[in-house]
Amino acid sequence: MAKTIDSRIPEGPIAEKWTNYKAHQRLVNPKNKLKLDVIVVGTGLAGASAAASLGEMGFNVYNFCIQDSPRRAHSIAAQGGINAAKNYQNDGDSVYRLFYDTVKGGDYRAREANVYRLAEVSNNIIDQCVAQGVPFAREYGGMLANRSFGGAQVSRTFYAKGQTGQQLLLGAYSSLSKEVNRGSVKLFTRYEMEDVVIVDGRARGIIAKNLVTGKLERFTANAVVIATGGYGNAYFLSTNAMGCNCTAAVQCYRKGAMMANPSYVQIHPTCIPVHGDKQSKLTLMSESLRNDGRIWVPKKLEDAKALQAGTKQGYEIPEEDRDYYLERRYPAFGNLVPRDVASRAAKERCDKGFGVNNTGLAVFLDFSESIQRLGINEIRQRYGNLFDMYEEITDVNPGELAKTVNGVDYYHPMMIFPAIHYTMGGVWVDYELQTSIPGLFAIGECNFSDHGANRLGASALMQGLADGYFVLPYTIQNYLADQSIWPRLSTDMKEFDDTEKAVQAEIDRLMNIKGKRSVDSIHKELGHIMWEHVGMGRTKEGLEEGLKLLKNIRKEFDTNLFIPGDKEGLNVELDKAIHLRDFILMGELIAYDALHREESCGGHFREEHQTEEGEAKRDDENFFYVGCWDYQGSDDKAPELIKEPLNYEIIKVQTRNYKN
Amino acid sequence: MAKNISVTVKFWKQNGPKDKGHFDTHELKNIPDDTSFLEALDIMNEELINEGKEPFVFDHDCREGICGMCSLYINGTPHGKTERGATTCQLYMRKFKDGETIVVEPWRSAGFPVIKDCMVDRTAFDKIMQAGGYTSIRTGQAQDANSILISKEAADEAMDCATCIGCGACVAACKNGSAMLFVSSKVSQFALLPQGQVEGAKRAKAMIAKMDELGFGNCTNTRACEAVCPKCESISNIARLNREFICAKLKD
Amino acid sequence: MWLINSSIGRKVVMAVTGIALVLFLTFHASMNVVALISAKGYNMICEFLGANWYAVAATIGLAGLVALHFIFAFILTIQNRKARGNSQYAVTNKPKKVEWASQNMLVLGIIVILGMGLHLFNFWYNMMFAELAETDGVALASNGVYHIVRTFHGGCPCEPTTGCGYAYTAIYLVWLCALWFHMNHGIWSSMQTMGWSGKIWLNRWQCISLIYTTVIILMFVVVAVAFCLGYVPCDFKEAMGECAKAAGSCCGGC
Repeated sequence: MAKTIDSRIPEGPIAEKWTNYKAHQRLVNPKNKLKLDVIVVGTGLAGASAAASLGEMGFNVYNFCIQDSPRRAHSIAAQGGINAAKNYQNDGDSVYRLFYDTVKGGDYRAREANVYRLAEVSNNIIDQCVAQGVPFAREYGGMLANRSFGGAQVSRTFYAKGQTGQQLLLGAYSSLSKEVNRGSVKLFTRYEMEDVVIVDGRARGIIAKNLVTGKLERFTANAVVIATGGYGNAYFLSTNAMGCNCTAAVQCYRKGAMMANPSYVQIHPTCIPVHGDKQSKLTLMSESLRNDGRIWVPKKLEDAKALQAGTKQGYEIPEEDRDYYLERRYPAFGNLVPRDVASRAAKERCDKGFGVNNTGLAVFLDFSESIQRLGINEIRQRYGNLFDMYEEITDVNPGELAKTVNGVDYYHPMMIFPAIHYTMGGVWVDYELQTSIPGLFAIGECNFSDHGANRLGASALMQGLADGYFVLPYTIQNYLADQSIWPRLSTDMKEFDDTEKAVQAEIDRLMNIKGKRSVDSIHKELGHIMWEHVGMGRTKEGLEEGLKLLKNIRKEFDTNLFIPGDKEGLNVELDKAIHLRDFILMGELIAYDALHREESCGGHFREEHQTEEGEAKRDDENFFYVGCWDYQGSDDKAPELIKEPLNYEIIKVQTRNYKN
Repeated sequence: MAKNISVTVKFWKQNGPKDKGHFDTHELKNIPDDTSFLEALDIMNEELINEGKEPFVFDHDCREGICGMCSLYINGTPHGKTERGATTCQLYMRKFKDGETIVVEPWRSAGFPVIKDCMVDRTAFDKIMQAGGYTSIRTGQAQDANSILISKEAADEAMDCATCIGCGACVAACKNGSAMLFVSSKVSQFALLPQGQVEGAKRAKAMIAKMDELGFGNCTNTRACEAVCPKCESISNIARLNREFICAKLKD
Repeated sequence: MWLINSSIGRKVVMAVTGIALVLFLTFHASMNVVALISAKGYNMICEFLGANWYAVAATIGLAGLVALHFIFAFILTIQNRKARGNSQYAVTNKPKKVEWASQNMLVLGIIVILGMGLHLFNFWYNMMFAELAETDGVALASNGVYHIVRTFHGGCPCEPTTGCGYAYTAIYLVWLCALWFHMNHGIWSSMQTMGWSGKIWLNRWQCISLIYTTVIILMFVVVAVAFCLGYVPCDFKEAMGECAKAAGSCCGGC
């Protein structure tokens, strides 16, 4: 029997929904808060801010992270900035415009009400972070500075050098630390959530593995919040951290939480290209580089050939032989088109043979023009740390003068290529950020809610913090209001017993496969299949083939996996194996969703569905909905699709246009 | 174009904090020199696993020099530091010579007990942060962000202090096992901003008290921390922390 | 008490006592230079600093400073060793920026203390202590120049330097060398510890440390070497005066 979907969007005009909701929701009185326990899994922007805020309110919070400290969460790596509709630059920004840009950027596949709420609270985030002592960039007058970002025509991005994510996370981490000190939050580091415990249909606890001792431990609570990030590492090579995984989310999916829009995977246009088969991860170069950098490939195929052969260098190609293809195709937005558009354009050029490195899978990002205009010092001031990072990895310094011809300075261009970066899809949640399991909430990248089919730059930080600071701490109370009447559960209950036993059995199963292949070798193969068949340009045949190969991978994993060491104590390989098990399932889910969605939108591009100019062609008639996938009791069974129709009240759905 | 090199990795194996520990060695053949050092260790682990051995355990996560998880002491220097500040994950094989022996050790300091091999326990840093590394504002209390004016200079300097990634290289390099560079960077960030100054005295006292309680050593200004810091934190932060602390104590 | 209980407090004690000792050395070096110019003048200072209550009190104070500096140095070192832990790195690579002295302050300090013991024996024991204890040498107690000559030259200035004189001078030079290293790090380090430093002032203090320490140490060195090589100030004979007899065969005859 198919589940029904209720997104629980409040009544009223869009601008008043959130205010109305807050005015009428149920609250928990201070005394009862003391009786209520909340588990928050994850300490990234969403997790840490939620744990801190819930702690401040008086709930007992149990906060878990897999790293040695909450500050290591991968939110820390976000470079560019965070959006807010402050309109400090007087360039016509407003809550509505941020809302509109986000919905449009998401290719009209996000929920209007959620996005409006996001835009509404965006301003509070900046206030909150400044009060925490986050050192945002300032102008000489002491006011906050802004920069512009892809997909927007206003400057609304707040930033702290190229380390905005780090500073925001440290802000949330410091708030969290304050609450740990106060005793309201208990922190469990090097713990991994292995399963959610369901009692009477509600999420009432988790089974977590102490990664140091290898022991499974039980934790009970009145609500469970997962803030465990995205599933980008299903592609093996991504800009995610090595430890990023989707095990918690997938385990919730197995327990009945639906997974929404898994095919919406963001491919970031400005990453350092892959250099060899030994590579373990891809490094992102901030999108902010596109403010002053110009993206190009050679106009002539023979130049591209020479570049690929290594007989020519980028700076040797004169201005007139360069094809600034983004500026050519999208005059209005130029190099600042949204990420999905920029990524596809790069792929299109490389597919045509214009790639500029030895693998033919790279394009140039050039600063020559802006260095001449603004001077190297100004450019270094803006991007110095990124240039250094690039040089550290590639041995090429983009700020170094290569040669001068006829008074025109040519600098060494960067080489960039798209890479898996962010997953817009995720655990399905309603307006209250509650999943289809009562009492289980999902926040941050882990849920699907706000970005539609494509996320704009500097919006991930915004969403993570909006969920954690300003949305979940309210909406969770609506759920918890009547929960304080129940006594705390004992972890000796049968449900806990059964769940722990199941997890232990899974661990034993993996340990006992005793095959020949390491986790990484299978993971790499998975990544290869995902990138080839479920990557940037998807086709029906490719996806069907991909699904077949994914089944084989699962079989290989189940029969030929080798995990050295013991199940007791610290065993990194075992933990990686558990992650891989869930990446494979997630990979299949991405493929199922991509296969069913016979249209191109945002991060999901079906080659069958494109215009003559190669632009994405949406099908609003048939696919104007959220694709939710329901687990059917076994990894082997295909999941069932349930549709949540989208209902746009104020925005007119139209073709995205970044050309004029 | 990448060329291949072969190196010998001499790496530290230790089973828990009480174990004495020893070095193992492994030959890595024909590694492309555009491979990162951690990727080379991945290759080594893959080879070890294929030989049926347990892999070498070390902390790592973001692999782009920002999370502060990686913590290897390479050839006598934390993070095997190159000329510019960089973390272990930003170290590339081109920095090594063909045939070289690379010695990999954990952070060695009483404050950071070894969990396994080169994975150490740095929760002491969290505890110091919990003692006072924050402004005591609650969610929703903040006024408009632009109502606090902060000079660009102060904001930039606070930002420099705030870039500390909490990796612990400072402690690892310090012959005194002192955590002053870490603590001072956090204290400095707040001391430079009006939002943080309100609790400045309390913060300096609390964080130092916690640092001392956790058994970190006394700073003797050797500057080893500063020299190895992947984020180039300056010991002028330590001077600032000293100033904050002494003033706070003199006012008591 | 935060000066004992907290790490920064303990360092403040080191810094304050250290700076006080630097000031003392400054005074001492200036006083020594007088011996190059005027033996009588130098002896007057010595007399002034003899067994008078204020000089004795100052000496006790000074001894207290040294003791504090010394005791805290050991406390800090023991704590730091403990903080460092038992396991040692197999390979260490000292970064260029790290001064050698900064990592060897205790060893340098011990050398300084040992040298000081010798120095106290050579001078203080024969001078202030002699006066206080009224030993046989009391007649020469306040004749500083005599003691300088006897230590560094060994005998009568008109005769060649004795082996003993050379040996003492050499030992003193080694000692001063250690003191140079110790002070050069100590001065800027104290300022850093007291918090009177920053990005700009750190470099300035290091420069000041270097110049100041070098000047002070040179003042000591010049006196020791000059007297060793047979130099005497012009009023040396006068200054010796009656004391010459007490000094035996030496000096009186010149």
